[in-house]
Order: sequence, then structure tokens, then C-alpha cells
Amino acid sequence: MAQSMAGPMVPAHYHVKKIKKETFDTFTIDLVPETRGEFTFAAGQFNMLYVFGIGEVPISISGDPALPATITHTVRSVGTVTNVMRTLKRGDGLGVRGPFGSAWPIQEATGNDVVIVAGGIGLAPLRPAMYEVLAQRQKFSNVALLYGTRSPADILFEDEIKKWRGHFDLDINITVDRATGGWYGNVGVVPTMIPKTPFDPAQTVAMICGPEIMIRFSVMALRERGVPDNKIFVSMERNMKCAVGFCGHCQFGPHFICKDGPVFRYSDIRHLFDIREV
Amino acid sequence: METLQRYLAEHPFLKDLSAEQITLLAGCASNVRFDTNEFIFREGQEADKFYIIRHGKILLEVFRPNQGALAIQTIDEGEILGWSWLVPPYHWHFDARALGLTRAIVLDGKCLRSKCEEDHDLGYELLKRFSSIIMERLQATRIQLLDIYKRNDA
Repeated sequence: MAQSMAGPMVPAHYHVKKIKKETFDTFTIDLVPETRGEFTFAAGQFNMLYVFGIGEVPISISGDPALPATITHTVRSVGTVTNVMRTLKRGDGLGVRGPFGSAWPIQEATGNDVVIVAGGIGLAPLRPAMYEVLAQRQKFSNVALLYGTRSPADILFEDEIKKWRGHFDLDINITVDRATGGWYGNVGVVPTMIPKTPFDPAQTVAMICGPEIMIRFSVMALRERGVPDNKIFVSMERNMKCAVGFCGHCQFGPHFICKDGPVFRYSDIRHLFDIREV
Repeated sequence: METLQRYLAEHPFLKDLSAEQITLLAGCASNVRFDTNEFIFREGQEADKFYIIRHGKILLEVFRPNQGALAIQTIDEGEILGWSWLVPPYHWHFDARALGLTRAIVLDGKCLRSKCEEDHDLGYELLKRFSSIIMERLQATRIQLLDIYKRNDA
């Protein structure tokens, strides 16, 4: 665990082991602790990453929960902190607080079909769930990953997705919103793939992460297929600061995303989707 | 003919049509195949057909002068390609290209339009089904237009 002895607000010291460019604005950063130790987390949880002297940002963990020696995050550089983070080199220091938040319902999905719906960078927090499902593949029935991005150049983890596609017991479908020459895959938004995917709605657990609009339409498509609300799980995003439910920055109705989420059972937050400003 | 008729009767898009209506549709239908990259239709051409894709994948594209083609949607196995045959002036609005070997059933839109004029029950049934496809595609296009993965720099 990266949780410091001094409490959840004090970051533990880590250093960069590797940075890999994923797309033009997204990179994956592997971190190892300054002192010996292992980092255990549950798929779906996030850390607060502190770039010393710049600031702290909440980033989902995108690595394999079964490999606790390294923590992996996939980050889109969209602001001051992440823009500096992408320039870090091997050996540079970084503060880590976490892991925080709720997890994907891997145990609950046992014996069911699993439908993982990801949009854009939303694949990053779902990758640990894919690892866990793959590690115990025999415990699940149909497993489908539906992944949508803006264009072919925005697809994350391409090599890994190619490997997953080689599994005959996985249904991996990628779609892009728009494409130019050379793309022979699907074009269209990710919710349109839900009606075409083989799963038994009564025996399915669905996990969704991506932009909120994409979540909304994906939920609609799953409900139309007959997946019950309490079997749909969504990962919500708000401006998380303290990560322990003190500051209230990430309040979402009666919930704090950092503490009660980010993964919610859709039936628990359904009513909040109808409110325009939460 | 009998096989084609059975396929049409079992296709979800034509589910619950009467046996007479299916027979009538089968009279306007035939099997077609397209090779990889073969154009099924091009923007501006007369839209006098629609297709039920049996196997393969079709790409809808719009051509942008000096920039090439932009892919906007794919149509998969089991789906319906083309509704411009229903709406005047009956011209295709996009290019459609096969992404691999594709087999489909083509239905003659001109023939169907005249049959729908004679048999309003059939016309209403087809319009209901095509309206639902048009609505689904409109919704999908609206989400696409939102450009939800666009980078919003802080």
C-alpha cells in the first residue's frame, strides 16, 4: 500500500521506473516505491499522484492487481500537473497517496456474462478488471470488451488488445467515431455495439467507464437489452482533491466520488443522472 | 427463391410481416456479393435499392475534396444498409464500400415503392421499421457530433 504511516494525506515516495507513450496525449507511467514494499489495490481504484512543486491529481490505476511490485497509471496530459508528469524521466520522484475508492464487482460477476464498455481514456481504469477476469476466465461465461475512441490514433493499449483478440473466448470490439483511409474496423459510437454483442441480459454484469454522455447512452442500450440496473456498474469522475471525503470537491448528490465511488452500482445513483447540475 | 423467402421471414427486421408480404418482398429481392473495397453505391447516385447484410461489413464514407474520404459508420452482418430509396429525391447521401468480401440480399426499392403505394399496410409496416433504423442512426450521429472524447485542456 502507498498509504503513509503519517496518514492518508501524506504521500509516499515513489520513483519512475518507465514511461511509455500510448497516444499523442496519453502515456503510461510505472512507479516503484523508494523503500521496499508492495502496492496492493482493487481494480477500479485510483491514486493521488503528486508532482513535487506542481500539484496533485487523481489518476486511476491501470496496471495488473496481481503484480504489486509496480504501480501503473495511464494518464492523459490535459493540465499543468499531467503536462509536467509526462516529461518525467526514469528515476524521477513522485508522491503517491492511495489507493482510494471502490472497485469493480469482479466477485459479483462470477458465473455471469461480463460486458466491459470503455470510452477513450476510460479503458485505463477498466484494464485491471480485464486482467482479473482473464486471470480467472473459467469463472465467467461470455466476456466482451466494447471500446470506443475518437479515431484509430487514440486507441490505448493496442498491443495488448491484439493479444486479447487472440483469445477465442473473448469478444473484443473496437469502434471509432471517425476514421480516414486504412481503418478496416468499426465506425460508430460505442453504445451502438451493445445490441450486437452476445450476452444473456438476465445473467450479465456490465462495467462502464468513459465520458458521462457515453455512460448515459451505454446504460440506455444495456437497459433496452434487459440488463437490470443493479447489475450495471459505472465509474464516475469529478474533481477529486483530498480523496478521503473531507473536502467535498467531488460531491455527487449525497455521495463523495472519492470515498463512495468512483465505481457505483447504477441503481444507487440512477436518480442523479436526471439532475442537470449535481 | 424459397431459401431467400425463408431468410427474409426469419430476419428480425421483417419479423411479424405476413406470409403474403414476405412473398411480395422476396419477389423484389436477390442475392448479391461485393469484393473487398468494391463500392456498393456512391453519393449522388440514384437510390433505388436497400440491402440486408448477410455477411461482411460495409463502410459509409463521405468524400471531402482535397482531404479524401472520411468514414462515418460501419454496417455489420444482419443490419440494413440504405434508406434513401424511401425518401425523395431518392439519391444516396454517402458512399458505401465493402470492407471485405460481403454477401447481402438486395431489395429493389423502386419495385417496393410501387407495391407500397398499392398496399398501404405493407407500406406502413416498412415505414415503421425504417423509421426505427433512421432514429437509431440519428441518435448515434448526434452522439458522434458531440465529440465526447475531445480533449478539453485545463
